[in-house]
Amino acid sequence: MTAIFPGAEVAGLLRDCGITHVVTVPDSTLGQWEPDIEAIGIRLVRVCREGEAWAVAAGLYLGGARPLVMMQCTGLFESGDSLRDVLHDWQLPIPSIIGYRSYLSQETLPGDTCLTFTEPILRAWQIDYCLVTESAHFDLMAGQIRTSLAEGKARAVLLAEGKA
Amino acid sequence: MTGLEALRQLHAVRRDHDVVISAMGAARDWMSLGTHPRDWVFVPSSMGQATSLGLGLALARPDLRVIVLGGDGGLIMNLGSLITITGQAPANLIILIFDNGVYEVTGAQPTPAAEAGRAGAPPVDLAALARASGFESVFRFGTLDEWTRGIEEVLAVRGPVFAVLTITSIPGATGPRSPGPAPERARRFIAALLERTQAQGLP
Repeated sequence: MTAIFPGAEVAGLLRDCGITHVVTVPDSTLGQWEPDIEAIGIRLVRVCREGEAWAVAAGLYLGGARPLVMMQCTGLFESGDSLRDVLHDWQLPIPSIIGYRSYLSQETLPGDTCLTFTEPILRAWQIDYCLVTESAHFDLMAGQIRTSLAEGKARAVLLAEGKA
Repeated sequence: MTGLEALRQLHAVRRDHDVVISAMGAARDWMSLGTHPRDWVFVPSSMGQATSLGLGLALARPDLRVIVLGGDGGLIMNLGSLITITGQAPANLIILIFDNGVYEVTGAQPTPAAEAGRAGAPPVDLAALARASGFESVFRFGTLDEWTRGIEEVLAVRGPVFAVLTITSIPGATGPRSPGPAPERARRFIAALLERTQAQGLP
């Protein structure tokens, strides 16, 4: 799967936003960005399971770093309790990029229940998100991350995935 | 050895600038020994995530020693964190696991790793798990005397460090109570770490 934004552009955006660490479990789309993110000097923290990601990011933030969490929506589902604790109990403003599995393949690969549950779950967790579905939406993604950091409030970018 | 007895030894040698993260029963006992601005009492928490939060802090503040106090029940909820930690190789992170074999605060039900919870299978060796996950500094303490004699080495060796202390469970023990509103405590904790930065003249 090809990501709708090149890794170099995303890495440049994250660097310009002051992101110091990307805490991640990759999927076949987001994982393509890893070399560019590392090459630009942002530290990747590869976790084994997505619940870890929010807690690692919390520790980084408390210690003065500026982390971003990056995972697929399936990982978001898995990581709910950790997310709840970090974003809501402690109110730590961790921005995230969430891969929206199959969004761009709805006609050719229908029936992925990620399409049923992803957005309702983001709303249930009260995470302000923006859906980006095409390369023309880069500024939308950039604005969402910048706003999250400027406001000190957790926000997510929901990145459409799936078209080969 | 009880958890509280073990923690008293740590409390006696804890340096002012150490960061101590405590969860569940260890948080309850650690709080009973006093408070410190660089204590992160991880209550409320997502059970099992103390090791992960400790990793994040250790990476963000390599100038500080970060000590995580957790239980066996929490650890086995997040075993992958052991691999994540060694993958990042934080030299300043120390994980202390207080192993009583039960979920103490929910009524002392055996964990799936403890002999009583394993339908005849032998108990899981947490220290061996840590070593297999890539920890090079691994310790195991079964008595208060062993811990008292070994604590300085645990705190002195290059991290990441993993130590498991076998403790007795306390019948009827209750869970820790949050010492105050979480967001406000987070702000104070960040300020306490920043104060340490400024005191050191670090950027």
